[in-house]
Amino acid sequence: MIQTQDVLPNVPNQEEDISNLERVWRRGRGLFGWLSVTTHQAIGMRYIVTAFVMLLVGGIEALLMRIQLAKPNNTFLNPDLYNQIFTTHGTTMMFLFAVPMMEGMAIYLVPLMCGTRNVAFPRLNAFGYWMFLGGVLFLYWGVFTGAAPDMGWFAYPPLSGPQFTPGKRTDVWAQMITFTEFSALCVATEIVVTILKMRTPGMTLNRIPLYVWSLLIQSFMVIFAMPAIVVASSYLLSDRTIGTHFVNPAEGGDPLLYQHIFWFFGHPEVYIIFIPALGFVSAIVSANARREVFGYPAMVLSQIANGFIAFGLWVHHMFATGLPQIGEAFFTASSMMIAITSGVQIFCWIATLWTGRPRMTTSLYFVYGFIAIFVLGGMTGVMLASVPLDLQVHDTYFVIAHFHYVLIGGAVFPLFGAFYHWFPKMTGRLMSERLGRWNFWVLFIGFNLTFFPMHILGLKGMPRRVYTYPPEVGWGSISQLATLGAFIIAIGGIMFLANVFMSRKTGSVAGNNPWEADSLEWAASSPPAPYNFEYLPVATTRTPMWVPREERAFVTGLRTDRREVLVTTLMDAEPHHRYVLPGSSIWPFITAITVTIGFIGSVFNPWYIISGSILTFFGLLGWFWPRRSTEIRDEAGVRA
Amino acid sequence: MTSYGRAAKLLCFAAFTDALAFCATDAQSVVNPVGPQSGKIAGLWWFFFWLLGAIFLLVMVAALWTLTRPNRGLAQEPLEGTHQVSQETESRATRVVTGASIATVVILFVLIVASVSTGKGLAELPYKKNTLTIEVMGTQWWWNITYQNSDSSLVFTTANEIHIPTGRPVQIRGLSNDVIHSFWVPNLHGKADFIPSRVNTEWIQADKPGVYRGQCAEFCGLQHAHMIIYVIAETPENFRKWYEHQLQPAGQPSDPTTQRGQQVFMNNACVYCHQIRGTDAAGQNGPDLTHFGSRLGIAANTVPNTPGNLGGWIADPQSTKPGNHMATVAVNSADMQPLINYLESLK
Amino acid sequence: MFFRSLSALTIGAGLFLTGCQREKRDIRPSPTRLAVYGDAAKESALRPGGPINPQPVVTNPYNSSGYDISEGQRLFSWYNCNGCHANGGGAIGPPLIKQQWIYGGEPANIFDTIIKGRPNGMPAWGGRIPEYQVWQIVAYVRSMNGQQPTSATPTRPDTIETNPQTLRNRTSGETK
Repeated sequence: MIQTQDVLPNVPNQEEDISNLERVWRRGRGLFGWLSVTTHQAIGMRYIVTAFVMLLVGGIEALLMRIQLAKPNNTFLNPDLYNQIFTTHGTTMMFLFAVPMMEGMAIYLVPLMCGTRNVAFPRLNAFGYWMFLGGVLFLYWGVFTGAAPDMGWFAYPPLSGPQFTPGKRTDVWAQMITFTEFSALCVATEIVVTILKMRTPGMTLNRIPLYVWSLLIQSFMVIFAMPAIVVASSYLLSDRTIGTHFVNPAEGGDPLLYQHIFWFFGHPEVYIIFIPALGFVSAIVSANARREVFGYPAMVLSQIANGFIAFGLWVHHMFATGLPQIGEAFFTASSMMIAITSGVQIFCWIATLWTGRPRMTTSLYFVYGFIAIFVLGGMTGVMLASVPLDLQVHDTYFVIAHFHYVLIGGAVFPLFGAFYHWFPKMTGRLMSERLGRWNFWVLFIGFNLTFFPMHILGLKGMPRRVYTYPPEVGWGSISQLATLGAFIIAIGGIMFLANVFMSRKTGSVAGNNPWEADSLEWAASSPPAPYNFEYLPVATTRTPMWVPREERAFVTGLRTDRREVLVTTLMDAEPHHRYVLPGSSIWPFITAITVTIGFIGSVFNPWYIISGSILTFFGLLGWFWPRRSTEIRDEAGVRA
Repeated sequence: MTSYGRAAKLLCFAAFTDALAFCATDAQSVVNPVGPQSGKIAGLWWFFFWLLGAIFLLVMVAALWTLTRPNRGLAQEPLEGTHQVSQETESRATRVVTGASIATVVILFVLIVASVSTGKGLAELPYKKNTLTIEVMGTQWWWNITYQNSDSSLVFTTANEIHIPTGRPVQIRGLSNDVIHSFWVPNLHGKADFIPSRVNTEWIQADKPGVYRGQCAEFCGLQHAHMIIYVIAETPENFRKWYEHQLQPAGQPSDPTTQRGQQVFMNNACVYCHQIRGTDAAGQNGPDLTHFGSRLGIAANTVPNTPGNLGGWIADPQSTKPGNHMATVAVNSADMQPLINYLESLK
Repeated sequence: MFFRSLSALTIGAGLFLTGCQREKRDIRPSPTRLAVYGDAAKESALRPGGPINPQPVVTNPYNSSGYDISEGQRLFSWYNCNGCHANGGGAIGPPLIKQQWIYGGEPANIFDTIIKGRPNGMPAWGGRIPEYQVWQIVAYVRSMNGQQPTSATPTRPDTIETNPQTLRNRTSGETK
């Protein structure tokens, strides 16, 4: 591994430190080593790759839907298949792509940006990934065996109840949610603790990069929102498997109860996806405008407000259910107010670009694309916040257009910008800027061609989730245009993959900091060593990498013959104590297997909860077995 | 221009004209109101559209303007090395951003007031006089309609088609007996979800005669796409005639073919699900067929009501509407035509 | 890397092959199952001129399919079977959740019972409803007795329950 950090004049034994670090943080060999890895870069990369595959799969499902809808009375897909495909598309995109992708980027970037070596709970990190993978495999096992969910990605009862969706389709869906929510909670916990307690010395709360702030807020949101979906899906699952009546109206249950609990999660969920993307935008803008983002306090407070207000909006998904007018008016007000927090951030970024020196890299193109698409989506969101308007366009293609604008514009465009921005850090090579610009324009044009006409379709009366429509309603040519746009988006996706594979082989070699950006991840080598930094860099400003080289400080004295990190205080990040992180371990994988057995089995027979718990007990036993200096290794790599 | 280019151009042109045309078509459109409810909503829509459209353009202009200032800040400031902007620039930017944020708050407040007051306006209709009550029960995948009246001799049942008099407020009492459906006739009003174990009420009024198409707007299973309802607004005189006719039981068939058709109906599984008032058929599972012949469509208006479509529907319901709950009853080819004649005779 | 892809593919193929009967949705009834049997209430094998009516097929084509059990549940209420049999507990008619079947609990027997009718009030549905619907009702009736895989059987209807033990046989699940 090339050592690119400066040789520090007053630190003795640097070479010995480096070789210790190499040895201690090295991954084990073979399949066993691969399964027991606990370093954050490896696990983050796994999340990113798996979630990206899910994006492609969800995209294929979308293309299938668009082919079916391209002309009236089309028979490409029968209604059962269509229902399965649109449900799986929504489920895959929301649960298996969007949140895990944001988490994966966070796991990769947060320890680097905070100037530490790993996340706070490395084994929990690994466990979270295996749970996510379990959810992916379980859902797609269902897809390939005819048990794909077919009742819509939010699965309202009674349609999703035992009488109206027979078989195991909804059960597969509900349990997949349990998998992915476990995974999200694991990641959220470790991100919060990493950000609050493991920042490098000097990185006070006032100096935390905006991306890291966004992850802190998002992780708290996950902790509060995910339990709600676990409750909702568990109600549904137990109604279906053991005959309870939580949401059966005939026996006193209430379908609206499910909707309230689901959307209490569902609305924050979209902000959980969106807020890290705002963090990406901040990072890209500051690097490419060559100044720190304007209005740091306003940005932070807006994001926090965004996180709080997001929990007070959920009823806007239920305006058509006949709730009292005054209640609905409250949610109109809160849904519109959240536009303020997003608006302030947009104004700050525009001010940053205006007063800075923008350099048009591909990632900045994606930021401009984000501004265009997301602001339009925000406008339609304000329209949807109004109850009378929502009563007309709820559950129509207008809503589909809106949420694709805010999710693709607000999250996927920044994500692509993030890929172009951090690809050099992750792989050591720059992506092709020329192909990147083409990529951007193809995606931008394809996206608008697909989704802008859908606003018109919704106003023309086309409801959601219809597998076909007759010719006389006049939706045919607009639908055809949208299908054409969908294929253009697909081409854009292929271009991106081509750029990735090409650049990995033949891209120009990137140094540590090809963009001359300001945050600490650019101090590590590209790609980072498993231990990130030989000596942790100290942060004395908000833009530590813009401090002149001579004035930069480092943390020395951490032991390098074990996986030691520095735990600092919450507000001012003063060094507090040293902590030894666990090394590689196979137990997260084994525990994930036992939990998976319990979860999957309980869908078919409730007794598996018992047997799964017993097996998990053994997994946890291995996981928490007290270690006596097992992290200390002598020169030969043997445990002391 | 290549043929692809031409095709793409044609497509865009077709979609554009389609988009323009939608302003002119009546069918199932939010921006073609024919009554006070949808009229108020359409008014609110255009207000939001123009205001938010202008704001969007402003923001886009501001964002794109940043691209015209490459390599310099507001004042010519070298940013390398210090990456710091001057205090004066920073305070100017602060003023602009603060101003924009305050403007945002004010505009949103205006929009909230507009929205809530429109909502209050929509709630006025129940307080008018001379209302009509229709109970609509959504069921997989058709609409069961009962005209209500305090005089029970004026109550009757029909399916998939509502007639209403112009100028009179109509209360739609919404029920469901299986899953959640949603009643949506865009020309008349927004939608109301029909939730099992609840009654959701929506008030509509048509001011112009016409046929207004609506559709179920909450995903309800395999044939959600084909759960269409027609609301036919008529002058009060025509409505009264229609109403009185609907109260009558089905007439007795006159000629032998139609009589044979009635026999076929009664001797087959049809009677287990369908009701024809005036005969022995009293099944409650499927749509009421007493005046089926005068309706516009078959199978919740999946196909128009013509003899050919009816024959196809009875012979193989699963090909017209795959997954629907009508039994596939094998009717002899000799019996099919009389059956069709009989059903079409039920005007 | 190669072994990783190979094992992934093998696992994928294995998962694919576990695709099952349970999730099949035969929305369109097979044309061979549309027959509506004629008047078959005869209990005697003696018939002048030989048998007129075709004998029913003995295996239930809709076994183990969740969709068809669910359709059977719907038809059970639409055709008012619960008017006499309640939700399986029995009222005017005998219970359908049981170990002792009066006329046999095999699919062919239940099919016969529905088609031909039985003494003491079971109507003959042959000649009234198509065969595929009878098989769906047979599948549902057997699901009440634990004779269908639990993964395909609905746990409860979305209606008021008269008997909480309606859809699961709490005893050994044997039928005679």
